[in-house]
Amino acid sequence: MTSPRKQIILGHYVGGVNHHTLWSHPQAGSQIDFASFRHAAQAAERGKFDFFFLAEGLILRERLGRIFDQDIVGRPDTLPVLTAIAAVTEHLGLVGTLNATFNEPYELARQLATLDHLSGGRAGWNVVTSFDAFTGQNFRRGGFLDRDDRYVRAQEFVALARQLWDSWPADAIAADTTQGRFLREATVGAFGHHGRQFDVTGHFNVPRSPQGRPVVLQAGASEQGRDFAAATADAIFSPFHELGPAQEYYRDIQARVVRAGRPAGSVKLLPGGAFVLGDTAADAAERAREIARAQVSGQTAQILLEIVWNRDLSGYDPDGPLPDVDPDPTGPLVIQGRARLAQDPFETVRQWRALAAEHRYSLRELAIRVFAHAEFVGTPTQIADRLDHFVQNDGSDGFIIGSHVTPGGIDEFVDQVVPLLQERGSLRAEYTGATLRDNLAIPLAPARTTQGAVA
Amino acid sequence: MITMPEKDPLHLAVALDGAGWHPAAWRAPSARPKELFTPGYWTDLVQEAERGLLDFVTFEDALNLQSTQLDGTPDGRTDLVRGRLDAVLVASRVAPLTSRIGLVPSVSTLSTEPFHISKAIATLDFVSDGRAGWRVQASRPREALHIGRRAPDPPLSLDTLNSPEVQTYITETFDEASEHVEVVRRLWDSWEDDAEIRDVTTGRFIDRDRLHRIDFKGRWFSVRGPSITPRPPQGQPLVTVLGHISAPYRLGARLGDVVYVTPHDIDQVRAIVAEIRAEQDRAGRGDETLHIFADLIVVLDDDGDAARERLGQLDSLLDAPARSDAAIVAGSPGELADLLLDWQAAGITGYRLRPAVLPVDLAAISRRLAPELARRGRFRTAYTADTLRGHLGLPRPVNRYATTRIEAATR
Repeated sequence: MTSPRKQIILGHYVGGVNHHTLWSHPQAGSQIDFASFRHAAQAAERGKFDFFFLAEGLILRERLGRIFDQDIVGRPDTLPVLTAIAAVTEHLGLVGTLNATFNEPYELARQLATLDHLSGGRAGWNVVTSFDAFTGQNFRRGGFLDRDDRYVRAQEFVALARQLWDSWPADAIAADTTQGRFLREATVGAFGHHGRQFDVTGHFNVPRSPQGRPVVLQAGASEQGRDFAAATADAIFSPFHELGPAQEYYRDIQARVVRAGRPAGSVKLLPGGAFVLGDTAADAAERAREIARAQVSGQTAQILLEIVWNRDLSGYDPDGPLPDVDPDPTGPLVIQGRARLAQDPFETVRQWRALAAEHRYSLRELAIRVFAHAEFVGTPTQIADRLDHFVQNDGSDGFIIGSHVTPGGIDEFVDQVVPLLQERGSLRAEYTGATLRDNLAIPLAPARTTQGAVA
Repeated sequence: MITMPEKDPLHLAVALDGAGWHPAAWRAPSARPKELFTPGYWTDLVQEAERGLLDFVTFEDALNLQSTQLDGTPDGRTDLVRGRLDAVLVASRVAPLTSRIGLVPSVSTLSTEPFHISKAIATLDFVSDGRAGWRVQASRPREALHIGRRAPDPPLSLDTLNSPEVQTYITETFDEASEHVEVVRRLWDSWEDDAEIRDVTTGRFIDRDRLHRIDFKGRWFSVRGPSITPRPPQGQPLVTVLGHISAPYRLGARLGDVVYVTPHDIDQVRAIVAEIRAEQDRAGRGDETLHIFADLIVVLDDDGDAARERLGQLDSLLDAPARSDAAIVAGSPGELADLLLDWQAAGITGYRLRPAVLPVDLAAISRRLAPELARRGRFRTAYTADTLRGHLGLPRPVNRYATTRIEAATR
């Protein structure tokens, strides 16, 4: 018996604010102007992608107290861009990373519900929390969250947002001009929540949106993160790109989904990654090497390693060996405003030293290997095969694809890889639904009506 | 061809909210009450306003369900429009589908972080190519409960309005709003215009000396900066404030570009204008352009009597005739134009008209009133500027931090 072909879910993210995106590339456009986002989103829609994705950062990154200047710096605000894209696309889901630490649930829930209304049901939310006091300096309450409270905050935030989204019955608006009855009932929007993170009460003021509940995405790699995501999310950013570990993760998450009382398969797993195409495998590999060298200059290599070493490494020759000193995890932070990469920096450094010794890597070569590894490299056919094989064998349910060039980098993927996936029957030829939930084959959330029935 | 009047040009904005500003507007024959939460409805309205060459539209908002109660306590009414979409996002949604008209959403200073507002309005300015503004909304007390903050005690009502506690609450609310606006304005300047250099030789994407911490420390806010978003196309998007009492007048005079006021007769016009101009001088801004716009709710018909009759019909759907903070004017475009020019002579520089019923009264403004004013040589016959500040005769401001840096360098 053969099981039906899984449809590959595709998201497209516009890069920036890291070393992956090449600002000096001849085709590199603005990271800020709407024209760039319009181009990328319309290309993704031409490729029948499920959604478009924007990341978020709430403070400029700093090194030794000075703002980074070698990578792309600056980005527009996520929600206004996604909402503007809704005006120039029809089917593409619109997903943004939005922070649960530096926003109020009432406010964020209504922004997401608004995006859902204004896009005809295409809104998605990647829930993240911050706990660092550095980012907190840009906000009135500062960095008030303990690291351990991250999931408590996120869980309470999402539960409250969903309570707000559910607070209007689906048929609340009668707009009966003859009877003079705009609302079917006077209690629309009533809510109350009394928890550790939030103690709020009142009336929500956005009617139920087309999806009922916008789609929720999360990243979850730790034990706590996996349980939270399995219980809460509609889709998860998977960190695994190799089939073996990815399958193990897939099985693990789906088991947790079932333990959380949800149907298996109701959470979609999506690794992210960049692609590099070539006419031949050798071409693609050579192109990938060139891109990686452009992404990681000597100075960028030093800085990337500083994230783990937490020492000023500017005195170490990028073409020489790895620094011979130990990391200094307890010292004042050298790099501020980006996630720390290693739970145990000593162990990470030990592994890198072994890797460098095995391949005779210089400092820069190691940084390229670790930080500039495009996940999907090959001819269009090879990449299509790899993506399809990965999904059909439950390594994931799809991918979030990025490019090293903003905004036109995705064009060649759309023109060369997408048709091959469509030929295989693994990617839609045309959109069949109207909402992001339709795209992802996630059912609409059950809705209450004024009769109490579930619509 | 003259496209902009040479003398005393009048500025026209329209305030968009729900089905219009009359409480019974949604029941009018032209209303689209089932579409209030759809993108097509808002796009149609703003495109109509743009057809009339208006300076800008505003979008109402609040973190609260509409209520007839002064403090926002739910009133349990089912016969009135309830529910609102986020105004910044409505403006962002129509931005790519319009090209000249200014877009001014309301955002509350109660809960929304200045850092978030700053980048949201800056981004609206980017997606609209320089047409963004902000109506600063110092919020209604009830909203506090939605974000876990305290509401005033005793609750705000007409009876408690003059109590010391409520007066203190009002003063503090506007003081907090002032700090908020100051932070937002500094964040807009925290990148100099030419900070992004993409210098391949030195491998630098930005010149970080042209990015600035704002290091604001006040009573309510302490914000470091710089913003994550570069300086927007207008430099400083338009800042507007609605006021009925001295505290918001002061806020607008100190930190705003437009103050909306609600006089009901020409004597009130003179008094309010005098108070705001005095505050403007006191703030040391006497030589800057500060617009004073009068808000009016309008019911328009080619035949003035028909307009008055229509207002009567709308009122008959309510228990008592509609009342509002702003004066309600029903008449012909010519009659309204007379009033607008009279008040202009008393110091008003523009109007924010609140259409009683959407879309009919908006169409009457764009297709009848605006051409009538243009015929009298007091309104544009074509857009002459690309940005909202440009429409209002406001220069693109110099960046406060650039000046500081250049002065320091040449000292």
